[in-house]
Amino acid sequence: MIELDRAGRSFKVRRETVHAVRDLSFRIEAGEFVGYLGPNGAGKSTTIKMLCGILTPTSGTVRVAGLDPSRRRTALARRTGVVFGQRTTLWWDLPLRDSFELIRLLYKVDRRAHRERLDALTETLDLGPFLRTPVRQLSLGQRMRGDLAAALLHAPDLLVLDEPTIGLDVVSKAGIRDFLRRLNAERGTTVLLTTHDLGDIERLCRRVMLIDHGRLAFDGTLEDLMATAPAGETIEDVVTRLYTAGVPPERAPR
Amino acid sequence: MVSSYLVLVWAWTRAAMAYRASFALMVLLGSVITATDVAVILVIFANTTSLAGFSRDEALFLYGVAGVAFSLCDMFVSNLDRISQHIKAGTFDAMLIRPVSPWIQMATDRFMPSRIGRVLQAAVVLGYALAVLDLDPGRLWMLPVMIVSGIVIFASLWTLAAAAQFVLTDAPEVTNAFTYGSGQLTQYPFSAYGRDLVRGVTYVLPLAFVNWQPGLYVLDRADPFGTPGFMRFLGPAAAVVLALLAALAWRQGLRHYRSTGS
Amino acid sequence: MASQPEIRLRSRAAPADNPALPSAGPCTGSGTERHRAITIRRCATIPLYARLVRYGFRKHATYVWAALAGAFTNSVFGVLRAYVLIALWDARPGLAGYDVVHAVTFCFITQAFIGPMQLFGGGLTVPERIRSGDIALDLVRPASLQLWSMAEDLGRAGYLALARGIPPLLLGAALFGIVWPAGAGHWAAFLTAFAAGWAVSFAWRYLVALSVCWLVDDRGANAFSLVLTTPCSGMMVPLVLVPGPLGEVVRATPFAAMVQAPADVYMGTADVPRTLALQAFWAVALLALGALGTRAIRHKVVIQGG
Repeated sequence: MIELDRAGRSFKVRRETVHAVRDLSFRIEAGEFVGYLGPNGAGKSTTIKMLCGILTPTSGTVRVAGLDPSRRRTALARRTGVVFGQRTTLWWDLPLRDSFELIRLLYKVDRRAHRERLDALTETLDLGPFLRTPVRQLSLGQRMRGDLAAALLHAPDLLVLDEPTIGLDVVSKAGIRDFLRRLNAERGTTVLLTTHDLGDIERLCRRVMLIDHGRLAFDGTLEDLMATAPAGETIEDVVTRLYTAGVPPERAPR
Repeated sequence: MVSSYLVLVWAWTRAAMAYRASFALMVLLGSVITATDVAVILVIFANTTSLAGFSRDEALFLYGVAGVAFSLCDMFVSNLDRISQHIKAGTFDAMLIRPVSPWIQMATDRFMPSRIGRVLQAAVVLGYALAVLDLDPGRLWMLPVMIVSGIVIFASLWTLAAAAQFVLTDAPEVTNAFTYGSGQLTQYPFSAYGRDLVRGVTYVLPLAFVNWQPGLYVLDRADPFGTPGFMRFLGPAAAVVLALLAALAWRQGLRHYRSTGS
Repeated sequence: MASQPEIRLRSRAAPADNPALPSAGPCTGSGTERHRAITIRRCATIPLYARLVRYGFRKHATYVWAALAGAFTNSVFGVLRAYVLIALWDARPGLAGYDVVHAVTFCFITQAFIGPMQLFGGGLTVPERIRSGDIALDLVRPASLQLWSMAEDLGRAGYLALARGIPPLLLGAALFGIVWPAGAGHWAAFLTAFAAGWAVSFAWRYLVALSVCWLVDDRGANAFSLVLTTPCSGMMVPLVLVPGPLGEVVRATPFAAMVQAPADVYMGTADVPRTLALQAFWAVALLALGALGTRAIRHKVVIQGG
C-alpha cells in the first residue's frame, strides 16, 4: 500500500539546508495498522505530508497505492482519507451535514452509497446530535468525530491519521480507538497513525515505527519493541529511552 | 472541474444567503463603492470635454469593458489572493488532500455572491456607452472577444499573484499593486499615461490588450503612441500566453510549497 | 536637585500614596469619592499612555515587509492617479486654483495618508475583542478604553507615517516633482493638520468599531464607512473639483478633514486657521460621541454580561 525508497525532504532555512526526513525506506502492506512514533520535530508530519502529496520529496521515491503522491494528488485523494488532529479539514462556516454533502459531490460518491455510509458512520460515531451545527461551534471531540467521518465517506483503502486523539477526553479517546480498531478489522482499511499517546499504540497497533532525526530508528511489532528492554519496563520507559538516547545526532545541517 | 467549481460556489452562496438582509446590504454597498470610480470619471469630465484625446463616452466605453472583465474575475477568481492566509494558518493542507484542484478550491474560497453588484454596475456603464456612441456595427464582434480575453488576462494575473505568495509569505500585499493596480490602470484611456508605462503594460504585462488596443479598433481610432494596426487583434494571443505562464507559475508554487510546522 | 520636583509630581499622581484619598478598588461606583480618585489618576497617567503609544509603534514595526508592500502598492496607485490628473490639468491649466504640480503632489500626499490614517478602515482591536468577549476585561481596567485605543493607534499611525507615508512622496518627487512645505512655520502647520486628521480618523474608526456591539455582522458597518470615506475624503479625486453645493457639503465632512484638509495645508493651498478649526470641530465632536459610545458599551456589558 505504501512504499518509500530512500525518501528525503529538506528545507532551506536562511541558506542552511535542514533535512526534515532523510533516506527513509519502508513498506506498509494493505490491511496493516501501523503506529508512527517520534519526538516533536523528528519528521513525522513531514512523512505524512509526503504520503498525501502535500509536500514533494526532494530525494528518493514515494509510492502510495501505486501512485506518485505529488504528481497524482487528486487521483490518490479518492483512495485515501486524511485526518489532522490539530486542525479540521471541514468547512468552518458550514453545518456538518452540508460539509458531508459537499464531500459527496467533490468525491463524486453516488447518492445511495453515500447515504448508507453516512447512516452507518452517524450511528457508530454518534454524530446525530450535531449534524446541523456549524463546524466552528463543535467541541473538539465532536469535531474530531466529524473529521473522521468526512475522511471515510468515500470509503478509502488507506486512512492516515496525524495525532487524532490530541486534546480529547478519556471517553472520546476510547470511542475513537474502538472505532478505528473495528474499521481495520472489519473493513480491512490500512491505517497509519501518528501519535504522542502511547495508549493509542498499545491498544491499536500491531506494528510500530519510530522515527528520530529524520531516520527510522525502529520498525517491528510492539512485542519486538518491548523485547529490546529489560523485563518490567513499561512502554513509556522504552520509548523515552529510544527518544533520548536514540539515533546519534547526525542532524547537523550541512 | 466545472462541476466541482459550481458545487463549491453553491455551498458558499448558501452560507452567505443565511443572512438575507446583510446580503442585500452588501450588494448595494459593493456597487456604490465601485460606482465611485465612475463618479470620479464624471467629475473629471465635468471639468473638461476631452481627456488625453478621448471624450467622456469613449472613456466610459473603455471603463465598462475592462470593468466587466475585472469585476467578473474579482467575483470568481480573486479569492485566490487569500492563499497566504491559508498557508500561514496551515489550512492550505486541507485543500491538498481533496480530489479537486487547489486552484478551484482557492478561487471559490469564501465566494461572495454579493460582488454581483459590481459586475452589474460595470455592465450598466458599458450598456450606456454602447447606446450613446455611434459605433460601426461591423466592428462590434470585437466586444465579446475583448471581454473574454480580458477575463483570461485578469484571471491569469490573480493566479500569478497567488503563485507569488508561495514565496512572499511575509508581504503578500505587494501583489495588490499588480491585481488591483491593473483594475485601476484599465479604467482610463492609456493615452493619459506615460510612454514608458504604456510600453511596459503592452509588451511585459499585456494589460493593453484588455481594452486599449482592441478598444481603439472598436472606436475606430488611431493609436496616439503609433503602434501598428495588427496589434489591435492580438488580445486573444496575449491572453493565452499569459495564461500558460500563470499555470506554470502556479504549478511551480505548489511543488515548492512548504507546509508549516507541526 | 533636578529630580526633586519630579518625585513630588509622581507621588501626587498616585492617589494610593495620598492618605486623603481612599484606595481604588474594583467595586468603585460612579459618583463616589473613590470614583473621583480614580478619575484623577486617569488624567495623570501620561506615562501609561506614552508607553502604549510606544507599544503600538513597536507592534507594527514587526511587520516591516507588510508595511513596505503597502508602501509599494500605495506608490503604484499614486503614479496611476497622477497621470490621470496630469492629463486633466493639461486640458485645463490652473483648474480650481491648483497648477499641475499641485495636482501631482495631491495624488502622492493622499496616497501617503492611506497607511497612517487607515483610510480603508480597521486598525483597531476593539471589534475583535467585542466578539470574543475580552472587551469586559478592557472595561474593568482603571483606564479609559477610548484613550487606551487612541494611544495604541497613535503608535500605529506614527510607524505607518514613516514606513508607508514617506516612500510614495519620494517616488512622486523623483518621477514628477512635487511641492514641499516652505519653512518651519509651514511644516508646523502641516504636522498639526496631519495630527488633527489622524485624530478625526481614529475617532471615526472607533465609532465604527463600537457598532459591532449592536450589529450582527460588522462587514456592513465597515463597507458603509468605506462608501463614505472613499469619495468624501478626497482620496480619489481632489474635492476642489466637485462642483456646486455638493462640493461645499463634501468639503465640510469629517472625511475631508482626514485627507483633503491636511493635503491642502501641506501644499499651501488652504486657509490654515479655518482648516484647522474644521478639523478640531470634527475631532472633538466624534471623540465625544465615542466617549458616549464607550459608556453605553460598559452599561451593556455590565448589565447583560457581555
